[in-house]
Amino acid sequence: MKQFTYTITDELGIHARPAGLLTKAAAGFASTITLDSGVKKGDAKKIMSVMMLGIKQGQTVTVTAEGPDEEAAAAAMETFMKENL
Amino acid sequence: MMQCSGKSVLDGVAIGKLYLYQRQEYVLKKEIISDVEAEKKRFWDAKASAAAQLDELYRKALDEAGEEQAMIFDVHKMMLDDGDYLEAVIAKIEDEKLNAEYAVLETGKSFAEIFASMDDDYMRARAADVKDISTRVVRILAGVGDGGIHSDEPVILLADDLSPSETVQMDKSKILAFVTAGGSANSHTAILARSMNIPSLVKTELELKSEYNGVTAVVDGFTGTLYIDPDETVLKEMTAKRERHQQEQKLLKELKGKDNVTTDGRRINLYANIGNTEDVAKVLESDAGGIGLFRSEFIYLGREDYPTEEEQFEIYKEVISRMAGKKVIIRTLDIGADKQADYFGIAKEENPAMGYRAIRICLDRVEMFKTQLRAIYRASAFGTAAIMFPMIISVAEIRRVKEIVEEVKEELTAEGKAFGEAELGIMIETPAAVMISDELAKEVEFFSIGTNDLTQYTLAIDRQNQSLDNIYDAHHPAVLKMIKMTIDNGHAAGIWVGICGELASDKTLTKTFVDMGLDELSVSPTYVLGLRKTIREI
Repeated sequence: MKQFTYTITDELGIHARPAGLLTKAAAGFASTITLDSGVKKGDAKKIMSVMMLGIKQGQTVTVTAEGPDEEAAAAAMETFMKENL
Repeated sequence: MMQCSGKSVLDGVAIGKLYLYQRQEYVLKKEIISDVEAEKKRFWDAKASAAAQLDELYRKALDEAGEEQAMIFDVHKMMLDDGDYLEAVIAKIEDEKLNAEYAVLETGKSFAEIFASMDDDYMRARAADVKDISTRVVRILAGVGDGGIHSDEPVILLADDLSPSETVQMDKSKILAFVTAGGSANSHTAILARSMNIPSLVKTELELKSEYNGVTAVVDGFTGTLYIDPDETVLKEMTAKRERHQQEQKLLKELKGKDNVTTDGRRINLYANIGNTEDVAKVLESDAGGIGLFRSEFIYLGREDYPTEEEQFEIYKEVISRMAGKKVIIRTLDIGADKQADYFGIAKEENPAMGYRAIRICLDRVEMFKTQLRAIYRASAFGTAAIMFPMIISVAEIRRVKEIVEEVKEELTAEGKAFGEAELGIMIETPAAVMISDELAKEVEFFSIGTNDLTQYTLAIDRQNQSLDNIYDAHHPAVLKMIKMTIDNGHAAGIWVGICGELASDKTLTKTFVDMGLDELSVSPTYVLGLRKTIREI
């Protein structure tokens, strides 16, 4: 299991468009990737699940990747979030 | 005439006939099916068609409105591919033996409910997206098309609310404006209307009656008002308003990004005047080359005590950063006369226009003056700042100002605080300054002529006294000679000269100023493009 935390800096939070991009980024991995907002958990591969977390600017998200390619998945998610969120 | 108001999405005026948007109705029945596999296949086929439609809409929106707006259809496609959503639909078909239409409708409803209950306006508005994708699939399953606009002439479209796909599929050449009873400023209808550049109102809470069909109406996007069956006066007024706005828009389009150059190649710098931070947006929109007069008084007025250095620093920094390298000329505190704040404790005067004001107060209350200068110099590190001093009448004054400026810079250096450089100039607004402008020009880097005060002092006419309005003549030869003299003396010393008073926007004088050799005009943001046009025609 690989885990990291990230604090959202994008002023809109994870709104529809980045949620879509995030889903696309997650879809390429075999591992299950979970986002935990501290209140709710969501599946990073499902756009509605990500949007329903309603994550806003300043909120810290814990991302967990579990599976055969968890190292690569966690690294890719971290890069994606730093660049887009 | 009937009138109602809503939330305006965009400035502008639309006049035309109302058209009530009607969807092709369909009756959706809940059915219990027997062939689960066949029903699942119906769903997957419909979903594939929906995805193909969304691809098409994405391309259409990309052409018409740009990537930002088109993205929603890409997001819709992803929502339609969402694992949880698909699972829920399939479960309803498999477990509850529901027909595909009903399974999709129910699933869409329950997902929309979750979004609608979120504590965030933006996410709540996404409930419409879920409904939109579900409706698309249901319509395909039921074999019903979307409602179009069946009218020969462009109309003002009236609807309860419109989904993004409905708005993008419509024939845009037929739409003058959208008016919806519901919706929000965050809804995609609003966003699309903005990108299509048509005035629209949302949240009018108007009761939609079929008798509105074909009735003349006016949408005033400036005030957020809808006039149904307007009377003669309103119609005339709105027609003129629409004309003015269209004229402005045209000017904007034609002149944005162009140079302020006369036909014989003389370039004039066209800057804008601002009185608060909100005006910066207007300046950027006006395409002005910089800010020629930043009236810093607003920072001091309407409060109980002096603004701190930090408060001022944040304000200057915001303006300077947003202007991104373009020059921002800040006029130091010009209080007194008609602008007063109690905490300054300035005694009532017989003749305040000639009294204790502007630089006279600053040179008397040096600490207060230094606070402002420190804030400006620190903010100047974030872009290009210039400073100008008001009401100068002598060389001694500007020399004293420069000493204080040096002290400020030394103090900032000693404290290790970051600061930038700033061009120093003075306002030419007293006849005394004009008469010694040859001497003053050796002390500073630019002159900016404040024509309002210069006119009042030159003609000895109190500009607050309305009974003298008929003889207050800013075109008086004495005033124009003052301006000419200032320009000549400035140029002789190699510095640039501008005008930041009312006269700068007086188009009947633009040619005169250009002929005098003026280098810069600073006007209210709304006049910039009009003046650019005038200059380009000289």
